[in-house]
Amino acid sequence: MLIRTVIMERVAMVAEQQGKHLPPLTDDLRLLDSGLDSLCIAIIVANLDDELGLDPLSSDEQVDFPVTLGDFIRLYENATATA
Amino acid sequence: MQQQQPSRRSLRSLIAPEDPPPGRFIADAHARVSIHDFARGNNLDANLESLRGRCVLISTARQLPTALALAELDGIARRMILCTPGLAPSHVASVMADAGVDTIVTDGPGAARNLGYNARVVTCNDRIVAGAQPSDRSVETEWVLLTSGTTGRPKMAVHTLQSLIGPLSDGVAVQKAPVWSTFYDIRRYGGLTILLRALAGGGSMVFSDAEETVAAFLARAGAGGVTHISGTPSHWRRALMSGATANMSPGYVRLSGEACDQAILDKLRQAFPSANLAHAFASTEAGVAFDVRDGQAGFPASLIDRDGGDVTLRVEDGSLRIRSSRVAMRYLGDHTRPLADAAGFVDTGDMVELRADRYHFVGRREGIINVGGRKVHPEAVEAVINQHPAVRMSRVSGRTSPITGAIVVAEMVVAPSHLARGDSSATLRSEVLRLCQERLASHEVPVTLRQVPSLDIAASGKLVRNHA
Repeated sequence: MLIRTVIMERVAMVAEQQGKHLPPLTDDLRLLDSGLDSLCIAIIVANLDDELGLDPLSSDEQVDFPVTLGDFIRLYENATATA
Repeated sequence: MQQQQPSRRSLRSLIAPEDPPPGRFIADAHARVSIHDFARGNNLDANLESLRGRCVLISTARQLPTALALAELDGIARRMILCTPGLAPSHVASVMADAGVDTIVTDGPGAARNLGYNARVVTCNDRIVAGAQPSDRSVETEWVLLTSGTTGRPKMAVHTLQSLIGPLSDGVAVQKAPVWSTFYDIRRYGGLTILLRALAGGGSMVFSDAEETVAAFLARAGAGGVTHISGTPSHWRRALMSGATANMSPGYVRLSGEACDQAILDKLRQAFPSANLAHAFASTEAGVAFDVRDGQAGFPASLIDRDGGDVTLRVEDGSLRIRSSRVAMRYLGDHTRPLADAAGFVDTGDMVELRADRYHFVGRREGIINVGGRKVHPEAVEAVINQHPAVRMSRVSGRTSPITGAIVVAEMVVAPSHLARGDSSATLRSEVLRLCQERLASHEVPVTLRQVPSLDIAASGKLVRNHA
């Protein structure tokens, strides 16, 4: 399954669990405006680590903190490419 | 505040005042010693006079010879240090140096075995050899207990026989010949106080054995006629999981040493419907502070700041503070931290929270999980998870998160009866998570909930926690 699809599913799932209403998920959606709080994002990151074995935000390499959903997805796509 | 003490009574005189009635005993999985015989002999391969004023490390494998040696040495030795089983050799060395040990009492193995120390070695046995007793047991022996710290050097808390026995006003109607037992090892505070209550209260004692299964121990306790038994909530969860609680029918069931949640109290009430159920707060440093006997988790807020009793409790910066005659005197060795503050209060490090008219233990100060600046007490989350009838025990911990610093994760052990029913584990997980979502703040709800076959319990009887 595409990384993008996995991430989209996770985002939707966590938002539902946490009772958050999301706007349409587009690449230029700013994470801070998405309705997801930092706890939601922390949960998504932990879930993706379990599912994909990837945690690019905790890696030793310096990574830019993702601002938009598109940045977030690219972070994981790049991590797969180098993994 | 120092009160005039009556002339010192040694443990031996408390155990066997004149002519102890037949029938009283202490027993482990291998041997049984009658108190009547003990009154007429001793179990040490040494002339007791030669041990007067000595500083003794008790390094033993078995609890039975240990108990007898304690009774022999109280009032004779200057200091007795109770070596916890499995103490690392490097810690044994530092304990011996800090405490000035000149004599080792051992039953052969024990933590100090195979270590070439410059100390006299005396053997203690599980048999009594008849012989005359020293009449002078007036030495105010220091009883030194090692604290069950998970890391670093163990701390040595100095007690006296008086502070260990104390006036335990827990209102337990002690029947004529109580038979006590405990899941605790008697080389730890929780076990030692039970041993002393048994011996000084005209009773008998059945020791647990680390090599034995829970079911075998419960069967032995039942066969030994145990009437009073204590353990940590973790011990008791294991006892319930063994399915062997019907092997005994105690009149008194006691929990201490860890936060006690409502689920374990309810389950023990079901398992022992006619027993008096009590949960107590005690620690090696602060001693026994109180017992709660209404079957409800937590303790009444009215216990706090109450004057006039033999214990004064306070809550300061969220943690429970205790002052009583059962508080240890001091730490031995080069610990700079004083045991108690200037007013004599010991900070237990146990965090409490007031809900309605009761305080509840929410966890250890050092165990707090910080989720993006919001504090989570693992025990508070475990208490909710444990409410699910299919859950036997659980452990909550923090997992590093690049977003919030930490998130909450949980492991749970599921009851065999539930597994046998073949319900899907996904259903159970979502039920438990729903329970958590209903009762907890969102940052307290475990992000992952893993089903595990078992959870480790440390030698101290407490759930093993790895604090980051």
